[in-house]
Amino acid sequence: MHTQLRSLRRQLLAGPYLLWMAGFILLPVVMIFYYAFTTTSGHFTLLNISSIFASIHLKSLFLSLKLALACTAVCLVLSYPLAMVLNHMKTKNQGFIVFIFILPMWMNFMLRILAWKLLLSNNGVINTLLETLGLPGLDVLNTPSAVVFCMVYDFLPFMILPIYNAMSRIQPDIIEAAGDLGAGELTIFFKIIVPLTMPGVISGITMVFVPALTSFAISDLLGGGKVLLIGNVIEQAFMQEYNWNLGSGLSLVLMVFVIASMALVGSKGEEGGAGVW
Amino acid sequence: MVKKSAERIYLSLIFLFLYLPIVVLIVLSFNDSKTKVQWGGFTLKWYRNLFSSSSIMEAFWTTIFLALASALLATLLGTLAALGIDAMKKRNQAIMIGATNIPLLNADIVTGLSLMLLFVRFTRLGMGTVLIAHITFNIPYVILNILPKLKQSNRTTYEAALDLGATPLYAFFKIIWPQIRPGVFSGFLMAMTMSLDDFSVTYFTKGAGINTLSTMIYTEMRKGIRPEMYALSTILFLLALILLLFMNFGPSARKGKEER
Repeated sequence: MHTQLRSLRRQLLAGPYLLWMAGFILLPVVMIFYYAFTTTSGHFTLLNISSIFASIHLKSLFLSLKLALACTAVCLVLSYPLAMVLNHMKTKNQGFIVFIFILPMWMNFMLRILAWKLLLSNNGVINTLLETLGLPGLDVLNTPSAVVFCMVYDFLPFMILPIYNAMSRIQPDIIEAAGDLGAGELTIFFKIIVPLTMPGVISGITMVFVPALTSFAISDLLGGGKVLLIGNVIEQAFMQEYNWNLGSGLSLVLMVFVIASMALVGSKGEEGGAGVW
Repeated sequence: MVKKSAERIYLSLIFLFLYLPIVVLIVLSFNDSKTKVQWGGFTLKWYRNLFSSSSIMEAFWTTIFLALASALLATLLGTLAALGIDAMKKRNQAIMIGATNIPLLNADIVTGLSLMLLFVRFTRLGMGTVLIAHITFNIPYVILNILPKLKQSNRTTYEAALDLGATPLYAFFKIIWPQIRPGVFSGFLMAMTMSLDDFSVTYFTKGAGINTLSTMIYTEMRKGIRPEMYALSTILFLLALILLLFMNFGPSARKGKEER
């Protein structure tokens, strides 16, 4: 009885947060639903949701999925070998080397976009360099490739970190034992290293895919208005056309895609971000 | 031997990819030339301009204020919430944690927009609304950092202290606080970095006239880039470097490792 009362009193500590949650987490979601299913005059409608099938919207949704998949694939292909190499280096300053590869993550997101714009623009650094070498210039700014480049640059550490964390937790004894029992390097890789790093890979994939799918700033700044992702369509619906109902409808569709993609890769991923500290 | 050099080359390539843009920014911040690709000599002009530009400095202080205030308030609310959630029954716990995960799972753009929809209905967008928005997306990081520490902590000691006549507050600071302190601190630091780095949520909830560095750079970039931005980038990069070096290799980090 006494402990029950104590536990009840302690639960009250969550009271302020419960109010906060109701007001600023749940209510906003309700608002999105409300706007998504009503017209500007407040009548029920499904048009905001079904407008995703309009050809411009569908095109931008597919482009977003395509670019997000490309970005995730490139990040995975770059990160996995990198994590292996980092894990192999058993030097005493390994911690520092890992730190170097994570540091860019802590630079402001906008500044990283700025840096890439600077490198890629037509009279930018890369093109000037190519010109002085007598090579043809790259006309990559304002194309989907520029957007993917920058996304990879922005989100790469989110892939490196969880995979590296998972890999560094593999006991060397297991690999040694497999070797003693006659397993070749390929067998060890596919039977031990890949399965044991899977949680890291999964959490890396979600940590890269979701922000890539939903970003609008990168495509806005590096796409020159020509690369219209679903995030850009939503942003424009809200901030330029002031059509909140349409914007909410499309946001709801985006939410469904985010949740579906997370369910698809599974929720077995480990919390990767916490490992930095 | 071949494998080793291949590894080295791979590391260097990724390293180049990650740092080349940053190096270019830093070099350009000292470049005394209007065009961005020609070296016109060394100058500190852009740094002087930076510090005398009231709009940039204002955005800088707004960013710092938001990061500190939102992280502090989120830590306070989040710590209390974690203590409360920890005492709940399994089912209620699951509901609370599920709701807490919403801002983490939602795309930033959706979080920002949904809060904006709520704010414009009841009030005007301004500093208050951005602060509320930042606290909202910061709280989950705090709670999820503290809950595991509470799960690991020894419950009976606290109960015993209360049975022996300690006031709940005294027992909390003597027994629970030392066990959850690392979680509270890492939650606070994470909240601060999330707030510093945020663009989307701020962009939708800030209203006219208020800028953080992220939103200011965004508008600047749409107009064309001023060289002062390079100087700003350089300073921010060095700040991040120092902060991280201190956190990873400073005295507190070493102590933390020994404790583990």
